[in-house]
Order: sequence, then C-alpha cells, then structure tokens
Amino acid sequence: MSKKPTIELRTSPHAHAGGDVVRIMRNVVYAMLPICAFTIWQFGLSALALLIVVTATCMASERLFNRLSSQPSSLGDWSAAITGILLALTLPPGFPLWMGAVAAFAAVALGKALFGGLGMNAMNPALIGRAFVQAAFPVAITTWTPAFFEGRFTSFVPTTLTPPFLQPPVIGDWVTSVTVDAFSGATPLALQKFEGVQMGTLDMLLGTTAGSAGETSALLILICGLYLAARRMLDWRIPVLVMLGAAVTAGIFFLIDPVKYPDPLFVLLSGGLMLGAWFMASDMVGSPVTPLGVVIYALMIGVLTVIIRLFGGLTEGVMYAILLGNAATPLIDQLTQPRVFGEQRADK
Amino acid sequence: MGLFDLFSGLKTFAHGIHPPYHKDTADKPIRRLPFPAQLVLPLDQHIGKPAIPLVKKGQEVVRGEPIAKADGAFSVPLHAPATGRVKGIELMPTPKGPKSDAIVIDVYEGSTQEVLWKQPREMSELSPTEAIQAIQESGMVGLGGAAFPSHLKLTIPEDKNVDTLVINGCECEPYLTCDHRVMLEHPQELMRGIRYAMRATGTTKAIIGVEDNKMDAVEILRDHLPKGGAIKVESVETKYPQGSEKMLIKSVLNREVPAGGLPADVGVVVNNVGTLAGLGRLLPEGEGLIERVITVAGPGIVKPGNYLVPLGTPIRHILEQVGYEGSRTEFILGGPMMGPAVSAMDTPITKGTSGLLVLNEPSIEEESHKIWPCIRCARCVKACPMHLNPSILGQMAAKRKYEEMAEDYHLNDCFECGCCSYVCPSNIPLVQYFRIAKAINREQAA
Repeated sequence: MSKKPTIELRTSPHAHAGGDVVRIMRNVVYAMLPICAFTIWQFGLSALALLIVVTATCMASERLFNRLSSQPSSLGDWSAAITGILLALTLPPGFPLWMGAVAAFAAVALGKALFGGLGMNAMNPALIGRAFVQAAFPVAITTWTPAFFEGRFTSFVPTTLTPPFLQPPVIGDWVTSVTVDAFSGATPLALQKFEGVQMGTLDMLLGTTAGSAGETSALLILICGLYLAARRMLDWRIPVLVMLGAAVTAGIFFLIDPVKYPDPLFVLLSGGLMLGAWFMASDMVGSPVTPLGVVIYALMIGVLTVIIRLFGGLTEGVMYAILLGNAATPLIDQLTQPRVFGEQRADK
Repeated sequence: MGLFDLFSGLKTFAHGIHPPYHKDTADKPIRRLPFPAQLVLPLDQHIGKPAIPLVKKGQEVVRGEPIAKADGAFSVPLHAPATGRVKGIELMPTPKGPKSDAIVIDVYEGSTQEVLWKQPREMSELSPTEAIQAIQESGMVGLGGAAFPSHLKLTIPEDKNVDTLVINGCECEPYLTCDHRVMLEHPQELMRGIRYAMRATGTTKAIIGVEDNKMDAVEILRDHLPKGGAIKVESVETKYPQGSEKMLIKSVLNREVPAGGLPADVGVVVNNVGTLAGLGRLLPEGEGLIERVITVAGPGIVKPGNYLVPLGTPIRHILEQVGYEGSRTEFILGGPMMGPAVSAMDTPITKGTSGLLVLNEPSIEEESHKIWPCIRCARCVKACPMHLNPSILGQMAAKRKYEEMAEDYHLNDCFECGCCSYVCPSNIPLVQYFRIAKAINREQAA
C-alpha cells in the first residue's frame, strides 16, 4: 500500500469467457491439418505445392488489401490462412499453380476485401475463389488426378507446373502411365452421373478415389469436423442438417427410381458434401445467427446440393448450394428473429 | 436450452451462462468492521425521489435516528448509521457515477455505537397498509442491488392479483456470498420477514429460490420453515442470471413475465433474501436500515470476507481494514457481471451495494483484449436470457440506429446482465453499446 496503485475503470461485465476470434480461427486451421496431410500423402508434391501457393497467395492478398485500405495487418486473425487452405482443398490436386494463385487472389479480393474484411463478407471467400476459377478455367478444374499414383513424392503432376497464362497440357497419357488399373480420370460423382458406375462406399469413406484435394476421405473430414464441434467452435447443427437435407432429398429420388438415382449414402460420401458441410456451410460469418434460421439454412444447402447434382449440368452442387445459402442468410435472419422472453406475438 | 438441462430435471430457465463462481468467501461468517471516522450518505441511494434532509450542519445525531425523510410515496427515509456530528451536506461521489448531495457525518470516536433510536411495535397488530407504511419508514430498499424501495415493491397494484411471493436467494453474481451468509446465519429473521411480506401483499404462498451451489443454505432454510407448508424452498440450477426476477419466476413457477411487464402481471412479487431478513430484524424494533452485509472479495483483497458495515462507509476505509494489493487495480461495487467500477476511494457503500471487489493485474488483462469484428458466431444469441439478438443489436448500435433497435429488436427488454459481452469471442462490449443506446433513447424521449 506504500505505492499508489493505478485505479482502472472499465464497464461491466468485468469477466469474460476467455477465448477469442483468434483461438477459434487457429483451431479451424488445426482441424484442417490432418486433411492436408492426407491429401499430400494421397497426391504427393503437387498437392503440397498447391496448398502452399494458394495459402500464401491468400495471405499476401490479405496483406495487400490491408495496405491499400491503410488498415493494420489482419493476418494475425488466421482467417486468410483458413480461406487459403480451404480453397486449396476444393481444387483438383493437379490444378496449375498459377491458376491456384488466381483463385486465391479472387477469393480474398472479391470474397472478402471488397466487403470490408473479416466478418463483413456475405459469402464464403474460399468458395468465391473456387467459383471464379470454375468459370474461368472449366477444363483445368475438372481434370482429375488418380490417387496414390506412382512417383507422386518425386515428381509433379504435369499440369501443376503449367507456366502462367497458359492452358495446362492434356494428361491422358501420363495418367495411364502412372496408374496400374485403368483410371478414367473421373471422380465418383462423374462416374455415377455419366457412366452409371457407383464407387464403393469404403473407397469413398477412406478417400482412395479421385477428387478435389481435400474432399476424398469422408471419414477424415467427419473426424476433424467433430473435433471442432466438440470444442464448440462450430455449430454441429449446420453440418448435421446439411447432411440430413441431402440424404432425405436423395432418398426420395432413390425410392422413385433406384436405377437412375444414387442412394443417399453415396450422395453423402461423394464429392465435396462432407467438406462443404463441416468446413464451409458452418462458416459462422455466412450462416444465420438465429436458431431457426440455422435449421432453414442448413436444410436448404443439403436439398439444393442434391437438386443441382441430379438435375444440373455440373456433377457437383455443394459449392453453389452453399453460396446460395450464404446469399439467403440475411433474409433468413430477418425472417426468423427469435421470440423474445415474455413477448406476446398475438398482440402484434 | 442445452441438452443437459433437459434431462437434469433441475428448475431453470433457457440460455444464460456459467461463469467461474469464485464463491471463496462462502465459509466466512459475517463480521463487523471498525467504524470509519466519516460516513457519506447520498440522499439518492434508492430508485425514486431523493430523500429530504432533516439535519443541519453541526447537528449531533444518534445512531438510528432519521436524518432525511421520504419525499412522497416514491422515496424512502435515511437514518444515521452512527452517532456523531453532521459535517455538512456536500456533493460526494456515488456508485451511480455522477456526484450527488450527501449527508456527511463525523463519527464520534469514543461512542459505543449502540442503536439509540427505535420505536418497537407489535407487528401482528398492523393492517397490510400499516405494514407497508412501517416498511417505508424503515428505509428498506432491495438489497440485492436494485435499491428499489421495498414498500413500493410490496404494494400490489389494485388491478393485479398476486398469489405468490418469490424470495430470491440465488445470488448468481460471481464472488458475492453475503446473501448466502444471511441465509445461513439469520434464517429466523428471514422467515419473519417473509411472513411480514406475505401479510403486506396478501399472498398465501412463498417460494425461496436458492441456486444449487448453496445446498447448505437450502437445508438450513428447510429446517426453519414454519409448519403449514405455505413457504417452500426450491433449489434451482446454478446459472447466471438466475437471480434476475424474470428468470427466477420462470424457473420456480414456469411463468413468463410479459415483455415490458412486471412480476405482478403473472401474480408474483419478488424480494431478495437480504431485504426480507432485514425487514424481519428491523420492523419489530422499529429501527431504520443503517447497515448492511457486503462481500469483500476478489484477487486483490488480502482478507476477503463478509462484513457488516454502516451505510456510508467509504470504500477507502474498508480497503484499509482488509488490505489490498496490485499496482493496477479495479474497484467494483457489486458483482463482476453488473457492478460498476468506481474511481474515487471516497465512494460510499450505499443501501444497494452488495459487494466490493478488487481485481488486479491478471483479471484486468483478461478484460482488456483486442476488439475484433463480429464474426456472427451467435454465441450471444444463445446466451441472452431474454432471447434477444445481441449480434444484430450490436451491429445496429455501431451504425447508431438506436431508435430502430428499440422498435424492431426489443432493446428495452435488455436488462443489462452482460451475458452477451461475456461470451463474445470478438470482445465486443455489447452490453455497453446497449446501455448507451438506451440512455440516448431516453434522452431523446425526454
């Protein structure tokens, strides 16, 4: 008591639950690391290079826009890193690196910085980036690489190192040279849709199939997503309801015509549904805040995914379903305001 | 409502938070501190009109004597907490913030400080109206923190039909244990106070709601219940803000007070345990409220405990008695969730002050994290006991759409419990935004 202490003044509450945005974001990154490791093991150097280039470009773009808008660096909140990793995981593993960088720049510029940065973006930036290159490079984004091809740790997929502004080479011959069994260059979804061949459930669960870098192992994504849900950094209702919406919609069509339409389990395990449900639809910024709104939003994404897959020109519908869900979020929030304690709705 | 609440069968309400409770002083019996040399008694210690002074500068007062009278029905009198001489009526700091007029008393050092002014009465002879008047004369207000005059609270509007008295023994604010100690140490006075309140309000049932982290109090109260079963003790889930009137009524009676309404709208009147124990002690003696129990706690306090202090005791005196440490400190009157921080060491303990907390470096650090943008995580939506949407309200506050907040998003149903700010991972001071918005709306309306 000899020294005069400083008296500080703050407004109540003088207690906080602890944990902050940075911790949530950091944990999302941690949760994606096993998926990254798996994709590197599966697709080798090309996947590694794609992850690095895309993530680095996202972070560099974020910093650039901080500079341009005279804001302090927001790299510390990890959100740019998340966008980068997520985006890389949605791209084909042999995607040309320069196109990956374009996607990354588009994700941050169009998906995030344009709206005012973290928390302001209307839609998931990673998906904006992917949608951009889907439109810009339709061939490259549907050129798939077989999983576990020979020499994947010593050499790149030929398309990976395509020089900037050039189209990637055709890799049909290369594919046949590195695979033991005949690889048609198609994902389970494409096989099912165009050739009527259904991939085995176990293959899709474990991820031994072709597909985007991070979407192949449904089981691994499920485990990583559950980790986040258990740590309460992700609202489990969203992925569960997305899957429910997709399964029920698929189930209805499957019952109508089991030959033409895939069964619900296939729908759940194939394509980007798992990755989208657990890591993109659940993105807090783009999803509603009201309890009822969350239900509507998630079911809508699930239903739309299946509708697009079954009736659209594309094989995969998760990306557009989530973007549509994001777009509908402000409206959903508006229409589903919670009933306030003691509120008499009849009086209104 | 969480999954857990559904199956536990515990009486509770939906939403709310579970902060660390720090009820370390729960086993510290109520002790008296030495009298300070000077007492500061603001005339506006209660909600309503300030009291009118009855004393002049230089006048001698004896402990217990009225020194200010109630200004009409919406006011309460003030009594001298110690024998001494009136130094004057001066502008002094108060817990509320702005300075206000206060009677300052220089306490006689040699005095035995016996209560020399009392008017004992036979309570059983009083009619309900006379009982209400006796309560007003005692100067009693809600000791839980609101400081709403008790006689007003116990006056049932003529068009309302009230059947149940709910007694609030939740003490849901972290650190505070003064109500807990009162329940443990003065159960008879509490039961007496409950009987007076039931008579004054004409209620036939009374339920004491106690959070289940105070089961020892629940047992002691059950041992002291009068026969007949009119009074019950209910344990409720330990959850903040269980001690808010509307939440407690929902928990023990499953009745929902209408938005903008009062407990009387659902047939209930709520009083705090400390308040009723106080009435049980004061009314038969005809004494005024001159002292109260406060919890002095927090990481910065050397000798934490529950202390009986005369009203008007400056916090400087209490801190000198119990000792405090830290080079950066924060003094909080009340609990950490809703209590205001004060800057002046001359700020007195008033009728509504339930605790004095001293936080120092580590907990202050915890408070001063960087503010991030809202990431719409909806934690505040899940925490708000009033089921508001603090996320949207916060965004509107940032755009200064204060009127829209009140009209479209129920701003005025917010009772400022602070759950939203507590859970916000972006450290957005939501409840402070809402306090400002309400204040600006009030100003615009005036």
